[in-house]
Amino acid sequence: MKDVDITENYKTIARSIRKSVLNLIYQTKSPHIGPSFSIVEILVALYFNHLNTSPENSSDPDRDRFILSKGHACAALYAVLAERGFFNNSDLDGFAKNSGTLEQHPKIDLSRGIEVSTGSLGHGLSIGAGMAISGKVDNRQYKVYALLSDGELNEGSVWEAIMFAGHHKLNNLVALVDCNKIQALGYTKDIIDLEPLEEKWKSFGWHVQAIDGHDFLQILNSLEQLSSELPNVIILHTVKGKGVSFMENQLLWHYRAPDDEEYQLALEELLQ
Amino acid sequence: MRATFFKSLEELYKNDENVFVLTADLGFKLFDSFRTICPERFYDIGVAEANMIGIASGLSLSGRNVYCYSIIPFLVMRAFEQIRVDIAYHNLNVKLIGVGGGFTYGLEGFTHFGLEDWALMRSLPNMTVVVPSDPSEASALARISHEYQGPMYIRLGKTGEPMNHSKMPDFKIGKAIFLGEGKRVAIFAIGNMVHTGKQVISMLTKVGINPTLINMHTLKPLDNGTIMQVALTHEAIFSLEEHNVHCGLGSAIAGVLLENGYKGLFKMIGIPDKLENYIGDADYLRQVYGLSPDQIYERILQELK
Repeated sequence: MKDVDITENYKTIARSIRKSVLNLIYQTKSPHIGPSFSIVEILVALYFNHLNTSPENSSDPDRDRFILSKGHACAALYAVLAERGFFNNSDLDGFAKNSGTLEQHPKIDLSRGIEVSTGSLGHGLSIGAGMAISGKVDNRQYKVYALLSDGELNEGSVWEAIMFAGHHKLNNLVALVDCNKIQALGYTKDIIDLEPLEEKWKSFGWHVQAIDGHDFLQILNSLEQLSSELPNVIILHTVKGKGVSFMENQLLWHYRAPDDEEYQLALEELLQ
Repeated sequence: MRATFFKSLEELYKNDENVFVLTADLGFKLFDSFRTICPERFYDIGVAEANMIGIASGLSLSGRNVYCYSIIPFLVMRAFEQIRVDIAYHNLNVKLIGVGGGFTYGLEGFTHFGLEDWALMRSLPNMTVVVPSDPSEASALARISHEYQGPMYIRLGKTGEPMNHSKMPDFKIGKAIFLGEGKRVAIFAIGNMVHTGKQVISMLTKVGINPTLINMHTLKPLDNGTIMQVALTHEAIFSLEEHNVHCGLGSAIAGVLLENGYKGLFKMIGIPDKLENYIGDADYLRQVYGLSPDQIYERILQELK
């Protein structure tokens, strides 16, 4: 019963985050609403339940680190950081504007909870491995979480990092893969088929979990069941554009920002 | 030069537990003592330069002072975009040590040459670019780079570089070193071409030309003050570098001279933007591209006519 209550609370937060993302994208005609919507649940679970990081300890050397390696989905991260108190509301008002506060890809700002600048795919897992090594040398207990897209796994550098972390058993590194099945020009299965994805990570020495990336219970359980021996990957099966029916599983919404009518329709769905 | 640099770095590594050293699986025997002193802070990342730079970024974001090592094209060209974003853009405390400047790896062929590294590295924001000309400067630079906060690219040769200084030089980042002050003619040289410049000057002196030789060990930030000082007191200026002549030291100096209204002669001596199909060691290839002391001497005489 308690678990259900918790997830109801997180579902409410997730709805609020999606509304915030919709507003950010609509008001600025920015791209990437689809890949932002697919990562809302994992971000809410991390920032409202799991990560040992807060606006008060955002530069504490022992804090958990989160890296949005799929930096193009930053609208969701900004909305979550704002909801979690890392940002002032006025920070969100400056998204994607001249002389603004926030770009369409994250820029490092520890005071606002952004650990590293991203936006070029294939960087975040290596950076996370570096942070993980540093923590190990000092016996710090923090973990490093890097959220990658499935399309991002086309980048060779990601596999360099996967090999490295597997070899060195970086048990304080957690890769999260947002498998929304659609990349910039089409379905991942048609462009570079990643399957069998679980077996690939396993064969590189990682502990693998694959879950429904929109189910809070599964997300929270998977975060509780990390291996203490091996680097961990959680493959999040998600839906691109999740939460707004006409955006779901549509490549178009990787790019498109809603017009007035689409905005109203989307808002109505999110308010239900 | 390479051994001297890492011998000096070894001492710093021993005494500063914040220093990490990474290699992309190159440097045979070079790092044995690093492994012995502290295996937790030395990593052979594997043949994976992009990953090495990302890891260096993550280490530096965690407060570490990180050195990355490889042969120049693999270090700065393979991983250029990682260097651009993860190091330069973030202004992180990472030192990139590229070995094999110019034609050092002559017989190994084009894949191993370091001919475009300065063009790439000096184009990056926050990046400091330093090129020691001999082992004593390399040793000084190891210590200076350890204290320096921020991204730095260091081009090294490899072995057997002759000494240009009889005692430890006064080596400061961004401050050129005068190696003999002459009249009318000045030569700005960088890296291994400093020693070549000394040889050229001794030849020129015999025919009554007495040039000033300046060691421009720091390509970025460029010592504009010294360039202008030399421009005001000399009528003919040459730049000398083992790098693509269109995007290295010469073009950097040219910009300063032109912007400040220098009216004298200026010629850039370096590797022409043209690939020759020759096989040979470094000295052989320098001959092919007109960079032997004799050829440079002749070129300067001709230009001064």
